[in-house]
Amino acid sequence: MYSRAYKSLVSLPPLLWVGIFLLLPYTLMLLHSFWLVRDGVIVHQWNLGNYAALFTRTVYLQVLLRTMRIAASVTICSLLLGYPLAYYVSFYSGVRKEILYQLVIVPLWISYLVRGYAWKTILGSDGVLNGFLQFAHITHAPVGFLLYSPFAVVLMLTHIYTPFVFLPIYAALESIPRPLLEASQDLGATASQTFLRVVLPLSMPGLLAGATFAFVLSLGDFLAPLLVGGASGTMIANVVQSLFGAAYDWPLGAAVAMCILVFTLTLLSLTETLEKRRSFK
Amino acid sequence: MNATTPTRRATWLMPYAIAVFAFIYLPVVVLVGYSFNRDGVGGFPPRHFTLHWYGLLFADDAIWDAVLNSLLVAAGSVALALTLGLLAALALDRADFPGKALFRRLVLLPLILPGIITGLSLLMFAVFAGAPLSLVTVFLGHGTALISVATTELFAGLQKMDRAQEEASLDLGATPWQTFWRVTLPNLKLPLIAAGLLIFTLSMDEIAVTFFLIGRDNTLPMEIWGRLRQGMTPEINAISTLIFVVSVVLISIWYRLRMRTLRNAS
Repeated sequence: MYSRAYKSLVSLPPLLWVGIFLLLPYTLMLLHSFWLVRDGVIVHQWNLGNYAALFTRTVYLQVLLRTMRIAASVTICSLLLGYPLAYYVSFYSGVRKEILYQLVIVPLWISYLVRGYAWKTILGSDGVLNGFLQFAHITHAPVGFLLYSPFAVVLMLTHIYTPFVFLPIYAALESIPRPLLEASQDLGATASQTFLRVVLPLSMPGLLAGATFAFVLSLGDFLAPLLVGGASGTMIANVVQSLFGAAYDWPLGAAVAMCILVFTLTLLSLTETLEKRRSFK
Repeated sequence: MNATTPTRRATWLMPYAIAVFAFIYLPVVVLVGYSFNRDGVGGFPPRHFTLHWYGLLFADDAIWDAVLNSLLVAAGSVALALTLGLLAALALDRADFPGKALFRRLVLLPLILPGIITGLSLLMFAVFAGAPLSLVTVFLGHGTALISVATTELFAGLQKMDRAQEEASLDLGATPWQTFWRVTLPNLKLPLIAAGLLIFTLSMDEIAVTFFLIGRDNTLPMEIWGRLRQGMTPEINAISTLIFVVSVVLISIWYRLRMRTLRNAS
């Protein structure tokens, strides 16, 4: 029904644009990772030295390990908060369902920076939490370890990704046919058996999607560590950022970035296949 | 549904859900609360109510310059991302071309990858192209990255659309051009507005990509970011409160439209 002219008219501009402004930049990143810096100038000399450095220098491995730990903690915490919340809103909230759902998605659109800043004012050594602790006579001197720690990064990112994790889980729970639960109960299953054998497996695609979101997004975050992480909360994306900034080693930075990219894409396609397999069962 | 077991389980579930809500909203409450606190951002409880920080904020030209910059970038990004996203959605919906699967994935990459990767790739491209960093590079970055959002939303809209209307229009002698303007586009009105609002909000808040593409002039998030390095003042709470209020208004409009689209479709 659509003419050739129509088809090329709609496909050519986005194809060209995406080719120039996305494919080319990402390719440049890939190319840089095989180049090197000599006397402060990027030399187009092909080598694998950047990748070798990445896997031999323990500094990078340490940061990478910490990043994984932080991302995993954020994922687990967001699931622990997001899943029961989704379960409650989907199954037990009754007439308040719509309003509660909206209450979860509103914070999704509150500025990332604003929320990071808010945590900074809460956790700081003369911040709100310390003020409260002293006011309530729980402590007498400010507690210093709250801000500028991996803990602060996990807290801030969990706060940001809990609504993200909530959404796909909620969608999955909503699509569970309610008669299935009745059937399970009528057949003598206890509430926890119904949950473990019916609800949880059926919500698994949503849970997986949410977990992947949280993990991947925290993995590549460099702003939370800068805001609340301090030196002990440095993550892998901060390494990339400093290699592109003060250290001026774009090729090495590009190599680290490529590793994040490949890891992210692998993880995403892995969970995608898992989700598909799950949802066909 | 059987009423006995669920209520028993809901006994611990409800307090838990309330606690999670409290956690989600705590920072917002603190932020807004301390924007009216005379003695600054820390300490407890906040004691003296004042509008002083808002007064300071309204007299702060650097902030309002940054707001203007952000508005310009966001408006441009909406135009760019919607135009290309609409074409991309039409292409994905109706045309077959070599590399279609790759194109579909490539468009979505900025949405999936950490912002730092897209930001740095675009920075390398700017250096490669010899383009000086400025609000233009920021706008091109935002616009390009957000084509992903426009494409997803508009593609969904196209899938729900009734093709018969377009066929009828063409059969009745309208040119494809007329059909596009009089049938296709009006049918996509709601998804277009919804996508536009979403792109606008995301661009206004964007920082990970902006971080690497910014020149001399700051966007609002970058201006705030810069000030955070100098220390915290309730003036930042005040501007954050305003940002929060504006985002809530925009989201509720977006949400209404979304609901209406869904209702129209069913």
